[in-house]
Amino acid sequence: MAAGRVVKVLSKTLPQAVPTMLGIVVLNFLLLKMLPGDVADTIAMEAGSATAESMAALRERLGLNLGLFDQVLVYLNNLIHLDLGKSARLGAPVTTLILGRLPDTLMLVLTALGFALVTGVLLGWIMSAFAGKWPDRLISVVLIFVYAMPGFWLGLMAIVLFSVKLGWLPSNGSASIGANYQGWAYFIDRLRYLVMPALALSLFYAAIYARLTRSAMLEVQQQDFMRTAAAKGLHPIVMQFRHALRNALIPVTTVAGMHLGNMLGGAMVIETVFGWPGMGSLALDSVINRDFAVLLGILLLSSLLVILANVIVDILQSWLDPRIELR
Amino acid sequence: MNAHSPRPSATAAAPGVAPARKKKTGSRAWRAVRHNLPFLIGASILLAVALIAICAGVLYPGDPRDMVTLPLSWPLTDNEYPLGSGSLGTDLASGLAHGAQASLLVGVSAASVGLLIGILVGAIGGYFGGIADDILVRITELFQTVPTFLLVIVLVAISGPSLPIIAGAIGVATWPTVARLVRAEFRTLRSNDFVLAARSLGYSTTRIIFGEILPNALPPIVVTTSVLAANAILTEAGLSFLGMGDPNLVSWGSMIADGRSLLRTEWFVTALPGAAITLTVLSLNLVGDGLNDILNPRSESNR
Repeated sequence: MAAGRVVKVLSKTLPQAVPTMLGIVVLNFLLLKMLPGDVADTIAMEAGSATAESMAALRERLGLNLGLFDQVLVYLNNLIHLDLGKSARLGAPVTTLILGRLPDTLMLVLTALGFALVTGVLLGWIMSAFAGKWPDRLISVVLIFVYAMPGFWLGLMAIVLFSVKLGWLPSNGSASIGANYQGWAYFIDRLRYLVMPALALSLFYAAIYARLTRSAMLEVQQQDFMRTAAAKGLHPIVMQFRHALRNALIPVTTVAGMHLGNMLGGAMVIETVFGWPGMGSLALDSVINRDFAVLLGILLLSSLLVILANVIVDILQSWLDPRIELR
Repeated sequence: MNAHSPRPSATAAAPGVAPARKKKTGSRAWRAVRHNLPFLIGASILLAVALIAICAGVLYPGDPRDMVTLPLSWPLTDNEYPLGSGSLGTDLASGLAHGAQASLLVGVSAASVGLLIGILVGAIGGYFGGIADDILVRITELFQTVPTFLLVIVLVAISGPSLPIIAGAIGVATWPTVARLVRAEFRTLRSNDFVLAARSLGYSTTRIIFGEILPNALPPIVVTTSVLAANAILTEAGLSFLGMGDPNLVSWGSMIADGRSLLRTEWFVTALPGAAITLTVLSLNLVGDGLNDILNPRSESNR
């Protein structure tokens, strides 16, 4: 992929991303300001007592006494300095809190996305090759069921089968605590913890990609350039990879980029099921405790990740189909 | 959806201006329904679930959270409570029936909210174009970038967990899908002859948008509605699983949460409500797929 092309795509997509980011900051801020009760209430409630003066002092310390517009400006200014504020409850900077949880969530979500893409495209390809025959029909029926299952329930049922009945996989956490594995053993250990949550999160999306790939592949096969490729004596396998699959991947990558946000949301529930120490449990805690700064940070970061994913998709697509950058 | 050719009005045709071949397309649609086995299966399941939901109060009067029998009896071991009982001696069958009510209610109302906002935004942007369209597209993109589930959780946290709030929040978080679809349809349809004819007859803009263009854009909207409802049911299930559902209602998600601590032994308490969700969402998807084939004759050749 030429670097020049990447720069070209970036110069087109980044200016579009900035207003979206600003909008998201403001939207999130307004949403969170609508919450009944503020952090000062929560802190006072936990302390058990509060005077009017101590509450006022607390609100001043937390910046809650300023006007709404000023609060947004303060927040934006801090944001530019990569300061997302402090968690009013835990005392730690929000950035530290989130960055501590981010790697685990990213590992879960990206593994799930990767698995969904590979499985989905592979299945869709097989289905398109056997269109109308029994493998196609069989896979279709299975996918229809997978597509209808709540991921977290699938995860719970997987725990029953693989942890409780068979005893193959651990059901809680992201690594063996205190085991201190090194090298290969460490990798295997992490993998054993990752398999079930990643599968539970990914199967729903694998079903979507399989169906998309199937219909895209069937559509591509009827294009003129496929007949040309066959006429010039191209090997069928080369033809399938270089021409058919490459074109069929365009709709799949578009949708996959949009799914990252959904997967981050879905990860919240899956993380709860498997005791996975990611952003999900942090977000849930901050909702319950009305810890604005943390929740705001998570929403913002998730949205930024979605924007980033869309930029990556744009670059990928300009590689898959060079005509796209001319649009 | 690149419908450059005039769309055959498959459902209720636009009144007055575009009433072409209504009877013939009607019989074609009926034939398509009869030959579409997945649609028939989906519609039957959906009808059955809806019937159970409507009759829940009659079939199982009394609070589904009440203790009625010994706790944790396995399904098919007690004739009086064929689906077994939960940890507090609740009748699981009663919970499932009342849960159907909650799930379907959320599905229908969330889809309606999403449809209402999405159609308004999409129709206005697509029909008028220009600056209004630019702004609406930006707002749509904004809502598409924020992760839906997180947004729903924040909205529910703001307003308190009650069924209308949950349904509204899901609708508010999912309307962009509809808006994009409706906008695309309106952009292709607005330059059609029947719109020009309506305009030359002096119809008001509102009438052209809702009386002329919207009925012609309906088929893909109808298909999307079933997807919206299915996703709303899944979202509500996740929400009540996390303990953020309506505390006064038994829902399938909260039943799964109740069964979680019993997973090692009485896993049926978790399995049954999940199966109910799967079956209901499955039926909605089958109906959506079927409607897509029935309402859009071009897609039949794809199958």
